[in-house]
Amino acid sequence: MSEAVRSEGKVQPGARTVDLTRVRPYGDQWDDGAVQISFTLPLAAGPAAGEAARQLARKMGLDGVKVVAQRDLGGSFSFFVIYGRTTHSVDATQVDVPRPRFKVMGFDELNEYVRRRIGRKLVVVGACTGTDAHTIGLDAIMNIKGYAGQHGLEGYPEIEAANLGSQVANETLVARAIDLEADAILVSQVVTEKEIHIPNLTQLVEMLEAEGFRDEVVLVCGGPRVSHELAVELGYDAGFGPGTLPPEVASFIAQEVVRRGLA
Amino acid sequence: MSLRIEVDGQKVRRARHAAELVTGEVQEFIGRHTTVSIERTVARFFGIDGVDGDGVPLPNIVTENVRAAGQLGCGVALSIARAMDYHDLSAQEVAEAVSRRAIDLGKVPARRDAQARQLAAHLAAAAAKHVRERRAERETLLRQLPPGPPPLLYVIVATGNIHEDTVQAQAAARQGADIIAVIRSTGQSLLDYVPYGQVSGGFGGTYATQEHFRIMRAALDEVSREIGRYVRLVNYCSGLCMPEIAAMGALERLDVMLNDAMYGVLFRDINMKRTFIDQFFSRVINAYAGIVINTGEDNYMTTADPVRHGHTVMASQFINEQFAVRCGLEDWQIGLGHVFAMDPAQPGGLLLDLAQAALTRAVFPGCTLKYMPQTRHKNGDIFQSYAIDALHDLVGVVTGQDVILLGMLTEAIHTPFMQDRFLALEGARYVMTTAGGLGDELDVRPGGKVAARAAEVLDGAVEMLEHVARAGLMRAIEEGMFAGIRRSRDGGKGLEGVVERAPDYFNPLMDVMLATNHAGRSGAAQGGARP
Repeated sequence: MSEAVRSEGKVQPGARTVDLTRVRPYGDQWDDGAVQISFTLPLAAGPAAGEAARQLARKMGLDGVKVVAQRDLGGSFSFFVIYGRTTHSVDATQVDVPRPRFKVMGFDELNEYVRRRIGRKLVVVGACTGTDAHTIGLDAIMNIKGYAGQHGLEGYPEIEAANLGSQVANETLVARAIDLEADAILVSQVVTEKEIHIPNLTQLVEMLEAEGFRDEVVLVCGGPRVSHELAVELGYDAGFGPGTLPPEVASFIAQEVVRRGLA
Repeated sequence: MSLRIEVDGQKVRRARHAAELVTGEVQEFIGRHTTVSIERTVARFFGIDGVDGDGVPLPNIVTENVRAAGQLGCGVALSIARAMDYHDLSAQEVAEAVSRRAIDLGKVPARRDAQARQLAAHLAAAAAKHVRERRAERETLLRQLPPGPPPLLYVIVATGNIHEDTVQAQAAARQGADIIAVIRSTGQSLLDYVPYGQVSGGFGGTYATQEHFRIMRAALDEVSREIGRYVRLVNYCSGLCMPEIAAMGALERLDVMLNDAMYGVLFRDINMKRTFIDQFFSRVINAYAGIVINTGEDNYMTTADPVRHGHTVMASQFINEQFAVRCGLEDWQIGLGHVFAMDPAQPGGLLLDLAQAALTRAVFPGCTLKYMPQTRHKNGDIFQSYAIDALHDLVGVVTGQDVILLGMLTEAIHTPFMQDRFLALEGARYVMTTAGGLGDELDVRPGGKVAARAAEVLDGAVEMLEHVARAGLMRAIEEGMFAGIRRSRDGGKGLEGVVERAPDYFNPLMDVMLATNHAGRSGAAQGGARP
């Protein structure tokens, strides 16, 4: 496994060749297709519920289904842990994940880039919009103490960061961004229950367009359920998911400002 | 009954004294003001409920009507009673007439104010009696259906639909939960009214309405009888409607209320004056209703660094405690919150958490401590998450916490599925079984790392509280001393709802409840029993 070598769409792990056009899960044997799933059924615990769970797993495309645990949740609910082998595979050579295009720069490199290519401080406004009160993602990117040992945007001498905090109305965010002549707007959405973030993110784009400010600004959203693909679809320049570090966001913004001639 | 740790009693007394000074200054301010939500609460206790054709709650309409007449500084009690006396109507009929614009409360003749005052006092006494009856009902049920051995296990339901919530809550009770919290819809704390009736479509939680309280309490009563164990119900006395939610909870026999003195200021950007005034009456009501309040210090560690700011949690606990004492809450009703907070990557993090948990237990021996899991360092890796929660449960058990809020392995993904709660309860039960009695066997080694950390946290709390006592609480919050969040005294939401009391301010509910609470507290101090 540690000897994996990538060449011509083939991976050579030790003695074994993986066909990247037909990739299947690895449990303890190559290509065994092993998967684990768990779910609750609204059925009283017992052999019949176990059999129902097994049949359901079978319909999900699993072979060799083993119901390894059945637990009585009371009130005619049962919880199952199931193992099986998937009968499906995926063509990994055809997988394409849209990503924002930029080069990640280090702290000093980024400050130097802004000084040299933009010639003034980058103004970035960030907020958790709508009813969202969870600032953890926004703070990780913006607060000076940052995340995973990396300073947030507030810590960059060449970035002027305004963190508006939580539960900011889209109107307020747009007004502040125009007021501060922002180069970039960061929107964090953590609460995504019932897809509440979609109309909220869409509304922001519409408001920026109505104000004629959309083209003047780099618009970025982030959150645990945000992908770049979704962000672009909603009219954002980039979307950043969980684990994103402040330098990534800073680098994207700086390079996008230069690329679009917004400096 | 738990891990023993040496605590410097002199420092604890210094911290408590400083917190007494801190809250005393604010209390003086509180005593000179009322708020729209306090007055709406009085209207509710007088029996005013329901909404007008546009969905505006009648308590809001009545309060705004009194306000428009420039009389809100006197409170709504006398205005409502005057109209009842003059027009010979019930409080509800008065409210309906105000909503139809058939009565303007500012224009009712004040000729018979002695009678009106008496009528208001009578209405307040009747409401108070009703609340006492609900309290007695709880005490009876707790005797008939006693809870299991401590700690009590606390889980959350949050489906957004009260009828789905009851299914989840009953299942959790059958699986061993002792306390069920119905999470509120995100954003409800910023509404300056309480939604009415059955309201679906909450986000990340379910709207708190009196009807929802009633539905959930009935569902829990049903399952409590089925399993022979009284299951407690929790909601959120926070946001812009703290006292109204307290009133609704008192009337519908909720058992526990999230009710922090500063949470709304820090984490919801609610104006601090509004929150301080509101928290007082809300806690007076909770005290009277026999409800346990829970404070929210766990939230500090979502924004501040737990290694460097552990003492801010304890400082806030002292402040919350002293605010609570001023409302007449007995010690057992003061449910101070704290949290298993360390980054899993922090070397020796468990020692730091253990130190703070044991210290908190030792400093607040009579309080109902609630120990919470961290959410900050969780991600979609449910297996890692489950391991973190097991260690949280272990620290909670070993240090003798009264209530353990159970972490969910899917914490960072979604509001809990039924199976998530089951797994959390099963994990906690395993820890309670296998580690039962462990705390009794252990002493914290004097001079060791745990003892040193506990001393450091207590020292930090004393220093911070003495600083806050010199600066004043409002200025300390402006300086960002709590959770690293700065709020200005005239900023945030809800300041427009603060009104200076007139010399003849009249709130008969406050009068009757506060007197009883303080009598109860001093009774308890003389050896009264915890129900």
